[in-house]
Amino acid sequence: MLKEYFPILLMLVLAIGFGVTMIFLSSLAGRKTATATKTAPYECGSLPVGSARLRFDVKFYVVAILFILFDVEAVLLWPWAVLQAQQLKLTGLVEAAVFVGILLLGYLYALRKGALEWE
Amino acid sequence: MEIPLSWYLILAAILFAVGVYGALARRNAIAILMSIELMLNAVNINLVAFARYVTPRELTGQIFAIFIMMLAAAEAAVGLGLVLTVYRNLRHIQVDEINLLRS
Amino acid sequence: MSAHQLAFLVLGVLILVSALMVVTVRNLVHAALFLILCFAGVAGLYVLLQAEFLAVAQVLIYIGAITVLILFGIMLTRKITGGAQPPLASHWKAAGAGAGAFLLLLLYVAMTGQWQVSDQPPMDSTTTLGLALVTRYVLPFELASVVLLAALVGAVLLARDETR
Repeated sequence: MLKEYFPILLMLVLAIGFGVTMIFLSSLAGRKTATATKTAPYECGSLPVGSARLRFDVKFYVVAILFILFDVEAVLLWPWAVLQAQQLKLTGLVEAAVFVGILLLGYLYALRKGALEWE
Repeated sequence: MEIPLSWYLILAAILFAVGVYGALARRNAIAILMSIELMLNAVNINLVAFARYVTPRELTGQIFAIFIMMLAAAEAAVGLGLVLTVYRNLRHIQVDEINLLRS
Repeated sequence: MSAHQLAFLVLGVLILVSALMVVTVRNLVHAALFLILCFAGVAGLYVLLQAEFLAVAQVLIYIGAITVLILFGIMLTRKITGGAQPPLASHWKAAGAGAGAFLLLLLYVAMTGQWQVSDQPPMDSTTTLGLALVTRYVLPFELASVVLLAALVGAVLLARDETR
């Protein structure tokens, strides 16, 4: 049964090996002349403004919360969806509708509270 | 069964103890939350191992593991919300220095 | 030693080493990244236990969502200035002793416990779980959405800055 996962293992080994080899080779063969301009963070060619270690706005966190909860909802619905396609009838549909309906209330609450507005 | 059940139980026991140590010894509230996630993972390893070895036809342990994952997500969302509120009021989240109730 | 046992040992070492790094490393962002490594190892264990659905759920929920949330939390509460503080509380030795004693107890139970190991092949993870969720465990399934609703309302209420 582990044989099915051999391609994944191969891909992991290849991906890690590729990254490590490239970094190792470039540190071996690359020329190192560090000036103040060269060590600056790369910002698509424009000069960096301020430090990168700022505190983030809390609005990002609210979006992350909404993401995590609806992510969990999707994972919980997944086994139901596989089975609904195969054998479940109306009962399964109603049960899932109740599940989604309750979470829809939460979505409406977040909308009313303005959690999704970015001003 | 190529791997004995006790291997999984021992691994989960060590992982749980590491989580207990982190939850007791760390000062930062978010590090404590991470330790709690480690403990929940150790419990899940136990449940899934029992589901595989003891009840492979019902997989009851896997159902429990799903609900634990769901609760862990809810716990992380609310717990970090609390941590943010503490940070907003005190400007730090070192749990051994939060003593507002001590007069 | 079979391939299964080798895979278990590799994953076990990966999980335990990264878990130890999570609870000891000073930089919290590094701790969160080690947490991702630990979760990935646990997902590998689920694959070994033929719980494919849980392995995918582990990647989606723990790695994809919870660690992202934790990283956001770290970035939102990081001190911009100020020196590094000691990561461990002053009672870390007592905490270690307590955790060690607890580990001994757990190991005793894990080594001496007698469990009836069934030799039947396991059911398919996804369809068995789906059927259980809409029949026998339908009430917990619906209550899960109530818990998620409560967590959403609570977290949005806590995270929004009412003073502004």
